[in-house]
Amino acid sequence: MPPKASDAKVINMKIASVIACAALALGASAAVNADEFTQEDLARWQQQFEGVVKEGRGLWTDAKLGTNGVVCAQCHPNAANTHPETYPKFQKQLGKVANFWEMVNWCIRNPLEGAELAANDPKMTALISYATWERRGVKLEPGKH
Amino acid sequence: MDIKYDRRSFIKTSTVSLGAAALPLTMVELAFAKPSDNFTFAYISDSHIQQIKGTQFVRNWDRGLIRAVAETNLLRPKPDFIMYGGDLAQMGNKAELDHGAELLSKLNGKVYHVMGEHDYYLDLGEYWSKLFGKQYYSFNHKGVHFVVLNSILTYDDWTFNRWPSAEQRMAEMAGLDNPNGSPFMVGDKQREWLKKDLAKVKKDTPIVVFSHSPLQKIYKGWNFWTEDAEQVQALLAPFDKVTVFYGHVHQIQYNQVGNIAFTSAMATAWPWPYPQSYAQAQQLLPKLTVQMNRADPFFERDATGWQFIDVNSGRASATFNLYNNSTRTVAFDPEAGHPRDLTYQDEDKRIAPQVHY
Repeated sequence: MPPKASDAKVINMKIASVIACAALALGASAAVNADEFTQEDLARWQQQFEGVVKEGRGLWTDAKLGTNGVVCAQCHPNAANTHPETYPKFQKQLGKVANFWEMVNWCIRNPLEGAELAANDPKMTALISYATWERRGVKLEPGKH
Repeated sequence: MDIKYDRRSFIKTSTVSLGAAALPLTMVELAFAKPSDNFTFAYISDSHIQQIKGTQFVRNWDRGLIRAVAETNLLRPKPDFIMYGGDLAQMGNKAELDHGAELLSKLNGKVYHVMGEHDYYLDLGEYWSKLFGKQYYSFNHKGVHFVVLNSILTYDDWTFNRWPSAEQRMAEMAGLDNPNGSPFMVGDKQREWLKKDLAKVKKDTPIVVFSHSPLQKIYKGWNFWTEDAEQVQALLAPFDKVTVFYGHVHQIQYNQVGNIAFTSAMATAWPWPYPQSYAQAQQLLPKLTVQMNRADPFFERDATGWQFIDVNSGRASATFNLYNNSTRTVAFDPEAGHPRDLTYQDEDKRIAPQVHY
């Protein structure tokens, strides 16, 4: 029985993935272990992170994040008094242990009169990246009020 | 959530303590040896009226000023005048200044104005001056010499040459933590004027100065700062009793520098973190200052409030009344030679919510 068109596709994809693996191995130039990385890798990852932090700073001062032109930085210059290092913590006003992103959404809904973001929205990631970066070096204290 | 009170109980309690209804304004009493010479004035600051578009304004900031105005009108004894401490507008445009002026027009009594940077950097104070008059001036009232300074000027190069448009200049200065901003200053011209103005005043006359920015250096990164603060302080140094009131910082601060007692006013709009909460920078918050409680964001007007200031023999005692928080009294201690919080000054008397981190 001749192979169906769909089988051919599967075969082609398998071949393609083998080539891709080979290309990755070659690209890593003799790095044979999955957990080895170079200075170039580190630089790129740092650059990726810094890009998102920068995007977060942009959103922190973006009058379009909410609906009334109020920006995060108006009450939280340099993201001060946000304390990402204390989350998750018992948030007395919510009566439960809350994540940092839930408090970010609280601010978007209330002072900014905006629509809340999904926890994994790239904008939320950027806002959290910025606020956390401004707290770099401060020790992690989950649960602290 | 607003504190509930009725007019009758407010007026009744106000004769003893206004603590029953926390007001987002500053009540000031200047007390003299003869009680008949005493007088009070109210002090409202930092409302940041912000236009969304057309006739729409940010509700939260509007409510802060509306409440301050309404409660000022209930004060008994009736204040002799009202001082507005600056930053009436957020982006300095006519719509915001007009709307702010309209809300303030409900006040019963004479209103004096201080220029804030949010009022100034769009048109360099032109429209503000049309509405409110001079940007720096002095007046005498019942034996006290009052001086109002425009302390939010900056280097000419920044003001006149740096930005392609007036709107951008305003936006750059409006961001508290914006590294493109520029340090505030009183400047040569006004310091020269101040020198001449004070030359006519006796050294034992109590002096009360109003500026928008602190005439002391606290944290440059957020412009809790006046570049020529020391030079202004030097002009005030020859007088026996000097008190400086300032806005801008949206929090309780107090300090003593030589003969000068400093007291800040709270905002009607929103509170700011103490600069030490920014982990990446050094700051010089006066060691004397016991910080106000950390704000609860779920209470829209929390960490705004008012203060009642009694200048006994020309020295200030300030009672801060805070929404949803205990009353604070900071009084000049003649033995120590500086203001002290009557309850919380000693390290072992401080409470957990006053710890900022």
